[in-house]
Amino acid sequence: MSAEALDLSLYARPAGSGTLGMDLAVEGVACGACIGRIENAVKRLPGVTDARLNFTNRRLHVAWADGALKPAEIVGALERIGYRGHPFVPQRAEEEEAAEARRLTRYLAVAGFAAMNVMLLSVSVWSGNVTDITPETRDFFHWASALIALPAAAFSGQPFFQSAWRALKARTTNMDVPISIGVTLALAMSLVETVNHAEHVYFDSAIMLLFFLLLGRTLDRAMRRKTRAVAGNLAALKADTAHRFAGDELVTVPVAALNPGDRVLVKPGERIPADGAVVSGASEIDDSVITGETARRAVAAGAHLYAGSLNFHGTLTMTVSAAGAGTLIDEIERLLQQAASAKSRVMRLADRAARVYAPVVHLTAALTAIGWLTAGATLHDALVTAIAVLIITCPCALALAIPAVQVVASGALFRAGIILNSGDAIERLAEADTIIFDKTGTLTLPEPRVVNAAAIDAAALQMAARLALSSRHPLAVALSREAAAARPFDGAVEEPGQGVRAVIDGVEARLGSAAFCGLAPSPLIPAQAGIQAQDRKSGNLSPWVRACAGTSGGEAGASTIHFRCGPHSAAIAIAQKLRPDAAETMEALRARGLDLHILSGDRAEAVAPVARALGIAQWQGGVKPADKIALIDALKRQGRRVLMVGDGLNDAPALAAAHVSLSPISAADLTQAQADAVFLGDRLGPVLDAVLTARQARRLMTQNLWFAALYNAVAVPIAIFGLVTPLIAALAMSGSSIAVTLNALRARMIRKTGNRVTGKIMRKRDRLRP
Amino acid sequence: MNVLVYLVPMALGLGLAGLFAFLWALKSGQYSDVEGAGLRVLSDDDIANDQNGGARRPSPG
Repeated sequence: MSAEALDLSLYARPAGSGTLGMDLAVEGVACGACIGRIENAVKRLPGVTDARLNFTNRRLHVAWADGALKPAEIVGALERIGYRGHPFVPQRAEEEEAAEARRLTRYLAVAGFAAMNVMLLSVSVWSGNVTDITPETRDFFHWASALIALPAAAFSGQPFFQSAWRALKARTTNMDVPISIGVTLALAMSLVETVNHAEHVYFDSAIMLLFFLLLGRTLDRAMRRKTRAVAGNLAALKADTAHRFAGDELVTVPVAALNPGDRVLVKPGERIPADGAVVSGASEIDDSVITGETARRAVAAGAHLYAGSLNFHGTLTMTVSAAGAGTLIDEIERLLQQAASAKSRVMRLADRAARVYAPVVHLTAALTAIGWLTAGATLHDALVTAIAVLIITCPCALALAIPAVQVVASGALFRAGIILNSGDAIERLAEADTIIFDKTGTLTLPEPRVVNAAAIDAAALQMAARLALSSRHPLAVALSREAAAARPFDGAVEEPGQGVRAVIDGVEARLGSAAFCGLAPSPLIPAQAGIQAQDRKSGNLSPWVRACAGTSGGEAGASTIHFRCGPHSAAIAIAQKLRPDAAETMEALRARGLDLHILSGDRAEAVAPVARALGIAQWQGGVKPADKIALIDALKRQGRRVLMVGDGLNDAPALAAAHVSLSPISAADLTQAQADAVFLGDRLGPVLDAVLTARQARRLMTQNLWFAALYNAVAVPIAIFGLVTPLIAALAMSGSSIAVTLNALRARMIRKTGNRVTGKIMRKRDRLRP
Repeated sequence: MNVLVYLVPMALGLGLAGLFAFLWALKSGQYSDVEGAGLRVLSDDDIANDQNGGARRPSPG
């Protein structure tokens, strides 16, 4: 963005009293010293009134006097000291989540305070009851407990009461209904008993129940906030810029600022910023992000372009258009709506448990009261016993059984580089028995790589890769990924449409077309066939070559880029490459009983070698988005639970239609929004991690539910016979909750795949670029 | 046992003071950047120009 002005005013928002504010996700923040460096550098800019870096989520908030500086200067200041700032507008959902988390923490704090103090008073009463407490002192303690517990429960119980009320109004039930009934009855009964100078009250049980449950919910919320913040940062990192014509001048603007009708220039090697049509210029377009098709498409004036496609060697001028009827985007939107309306709401494990639990418990309590009445007890005694049953069957262990596992498991997934989008994805992931993979960008790496590196002299390859750093041609960009260090040669010159040349140690080196390098064109690289054979033998399939025997390079095979430096010359083949651990991951998934399929929008000739290399027998090429849905539906009718893994825009409807879905972080935005979880990095291992962790989590959830049932089977008879004292109730409740939580902690143990990328997200930018 | 009549409220008052201190800290955003707060303590080059003392203006999010 050298001579061109960068216009980031889209991200600046009024922050009160004549100032503007902007939020940036900052890359490269590695240690505590960065905080001071970044804040001081930004504060030194004229007009900046405040700069504050949040180290936890790597975000910088800057405020400045309106008109004093351009937002682009902030990004410039960061760049000068070696950080990259990506402005973003905070998502509304994220802000609401933050507010909700603060509210929950407030409830938790109040419940915690009340629980501690009521417990203090209760313990005094319990020990007094077996020694020499006077009835007056006991009454005083009971009144003090009531004074603390009643207002605290009214405040902290709000999330449960509200949720229960909503459920009852909708004529359903959820876990919050028995919780609310239990807490309310326990408090009411205790108050009546206090007035009657009775010996036993249950204020402590009621308030402790609220405290434990709030603790579970707060942790759940905190985990979700953390993943959401990372997801927000990744989105900010992905946001691209476009060159928009303002009159005759070009201005670089964020893609989000483009409007239909804008004229935009797309340079070679850049992504198409928005849907639209070519006005002038000619080029080749790689649509693989959209359709999965890896063959390039030639475009000229009038051709339709999709946002996200890669422009190859030509410069295009295009106009931005809203998605029109009949375009692919339109078709996908329509399919998405269909898929969403057809999706049956999956009943979550917790709701199912609540549906069984609530009637059983309430019936037991009622029968207890009736039983004691018929046995000749007074109404008061019968009611007290019945309420004791409600308290002892406290839904605490049951209500914690699932959220506790969920918190721990989503934390484990997060550390493995898997970011959950939806809360119940873990349960659905565990149920998956069939996996459908997309090919391009899912089984293969999202960007093309050098595939015949083994056949080229290592020093020559390094030299070629460093030379490639000076070009923006997509093939050169792919080659430059092999460079050990990002140090371009001084004085390297790019000849448009030809290649790059530089003088290295007195010898001219050239990289580009065969003619440019003075070499005879070599359509097929002899080394390719050898690599394929060798890899299959060793079982290590990393450099997979898409070249189909018989086709002469060009369209269907790998693209070739030539390099010459003095006596050295090399023909470097560049093609889509399988993800490094694809074969092992497929093997491991199959070993765990999963049925694997490939459904690709790419041609069958391009899919066949991948399917063969990975040993997947069920595959189809040239599949349209609607056909993918049809196939998933057919599998569903057979009773299969389908996990769809895909990244292309054409996969979005299939992701929505599947039982559960995953997509790599390089996926198209619309596609990512449909996926239940997104995984980071170049490896496919996270798919296996996700399935294994989810299965483990599901197992622990079921164990916890059974434990809660077992606990009730032991405790309820004690309560029915009226033997429960507040001390027993408190011990039983905390004991069962702790047991359930400890069991949940076992979900922390996750298979080690070496895919620990989440912590390094902001530093590993290149791997995350689309 | 009359001593309890003022000791219990006193204990409660102290507890309440702690509760309100926590709620205030929460409200003023002191928990919005827990990692950063730990690291800021270590940097001493802000002694001269500490304009935004402590955690008064946390960044949102």
